[in-house]
Amino acid sequence: MAGTVRLSKSDKGFYLFINISLVCTLCILIIPIWSTITLSFRPNDFIGTALEGMFLPPWQWSTAAYRSLLGHRSFLLSAVNSFKIFFEGVAAALFLTVPLAYLLSVKNLPGRGFLYIFVIIPYLFNPGLVPNYLLVTRLGLVDKLAAVFLPGAVSVYNTLIMKSFFESLPEDLKESARIDGASELAILIKIILPLSKPILMTIGLYYGVHFWNDFFNAMLYINSSKLQPLPILLRNILIASGMNEYVEASAFGEAPIQAIKAASVFLAAIPMLVAYPFIQKYFVKGTMLGSMKG
Amino acid sequence: MIEEIMTATIKGLSDKGSGMILRRVPAQGRWFRRFAPVYLLASVSLAYFFIFKYIPIWNAQIAFRDFQALEGVWKSPWTGLANFREFVSSYYFTELLRNTVFYSIGKMLFSIPAAIFLALAIYECRILVLRKSVQTLAYLPHFLSWVIMYAILLSLLSPSNGVVNDVIKLLGGQPVSFMTDTNAFPWIVILSDTWKEMGWSAIIFLAALMGIDPTLFEAAMVEGASAWQRVRFITLPSISPVIVIVFLLRIGTILDAGFNQIFMLYSLPVYSVADIIDTWIYRQGILEFRFGLATAVGLFKGVFGMILLLISNRLIKKRTGSGLY
Repeated sequence: MAGTVRLSKSDKGFYLFINISLVCTLCILIIPIWSTITLSFRPNDFIGTALEGMFLPPWQWSTAAYRSLLGHRSFLLSAVNSFKIFFEGVAAALFLTVPLAYLLSVKNLPGRGFLYIFVIIPYLFNPGLVPNYLLVTRLGLVDKLAAVFLPGAVSVYNTLIMKSFFESLPEDLKESARIDGASELAILIKIILPLSKPILMTIGLYYGVHFWNDFFNAMLYINSSKLQPLPILLRNILIASGMNEYVEASAFGEAPIQAIKAASVFLAAIPMLVAYPFIQKYFVKGTMLGSMKG
Repeated sequence: MIEEIMTATIKGLSDKGSGMILRRVPAQGRWFRRFAPVYLLASVSLAYFFIFKYIPIWNAQIAFRDFQALEGVWKSPWTGLANFREFVSSYYFTELLRNTVFYSIGKMLFSIPAAIFLALAIYECRILVLRKSVQTLAYLPHFLSWVIMYAILLSLLSPSNGVVNDVIKLLGGQPVSFMTDTNAFPWIVILSDTWKEMGWSAIIFLAALMGIDPTLFEAAMVEGASAWQRVRFITLPSISPVIVIVFLLRIGTILDAGFNQIFMLYSLPVYSVADIIDTWIYRQGILEFRFGLATAVGLFKGVFGMILLLISNRLIKKRTGSGLY
């Protein structure tokens, strides 16, 4: 933008409008999050409306909900399961996505056209829930954590984003190594991967967030309560209207059930919130790349 | 940093390779040596694709069969189009289709304009702190799952202790049970989606805004254009191709109305306005074990989804010269 020239009256109005809109947006973004956070710290003896609860001073907050959740075995177990799904899932997803994306990016690869069609067809045509369900149950993945991440371990969309990143790396770089007689695998490992940190982070986190948040696959394939990841536990806590044994056992006289619900959700979001600065840095870059490449 | 590595690598490679350019290896052997290792590594991904993407396509044939769990996919008896006929002739056919398209288009009409406006405001804002804090907070909800969103919505909308109902009571109104009210529910779906995705969708528009040639604005300044005129005659026209593309992309996924969201938010009282194709497939297929029927509906959705994707990609290709694939 051009430097700060003297603003005319209508321009002042314009910037005022912009700033007011952004402040309103900020409020709209903060209020729901704030109401959930304050709810999670609500003490058991609090009498008043939720609206008043939002303005409860922090020194009157109670951490009872968090203490009872963190002291509860099944919550910790679910957290461990979720972390396992996250790390195993990301590792599997990158291991499967990177070679495929690289293959697709090699210009004179024998069989490239066929390969491309092979990868695109499942992107265009999704046979739906039941055929996938039949496959996963038939593979014996029921009650295995892999059932949560394996069905989504390669996303064609992510593969194509990674492919266009690989293609955007300077061609001379690869060409000179090829002239040296390096194999494509050597080029991938020695030249491409060291230059691909941002895209690996971006795509890895794409997958990771997806696996961390997924409750559908877990709901379909995980029956054992010992293996359930956080989203399933959260959902059980949330839809229980107060009569759920879990909520009662953990909440026993210490924190209101509403606070337990809010606190469980907030705890589950913490890893995402911690990772968020990194996510933001890489994601925005990667997403822009993806969108510009189209 | 990246540039340094690249130049260093290029330099190292050209030093090493300069003497070897003329040496030729027989074409066949060279090809094998060059491609075999990477194909070998990728064969795991290809096997994955075959198992997890192609076997389900093969399984989809149970849409034309009366699926018997004991017989398996291949041995269940053929029933022709019976499953499809049952779906198309049932009363829920139009209801599901209507709800699905309604939510897709509703979300599109709310979240894309909201995202454009947000991107514009962030772009024009001259107060750095405000701009940065809006950006940071606006992207965040995209990473929250719908389970978490549900809890957030409960804290706002619960009839007994939700903040919104407290405000309504304060203003002298009657509390509304938003989540089970057939009039309120569609708004909750559309607005909560807008709240969650607005910031994330703004990224692509921000990228487009950053790409506008600054000399255009300078020229406008010299001509004495006001800020409003700049937006109207330079900024918006410059990003309009991107706006069109984003709309076209959304058309390709019009039958995906957001399973996770609806599934978390809906309940029996609002099924009539909430049920979309995907939630219905889940209930029929997984909960009621009506595999054949659910697969038929899934196949119906899959085929139409593919046609829509092909159309939207064709249109995008026409406009930009390159499509998604």
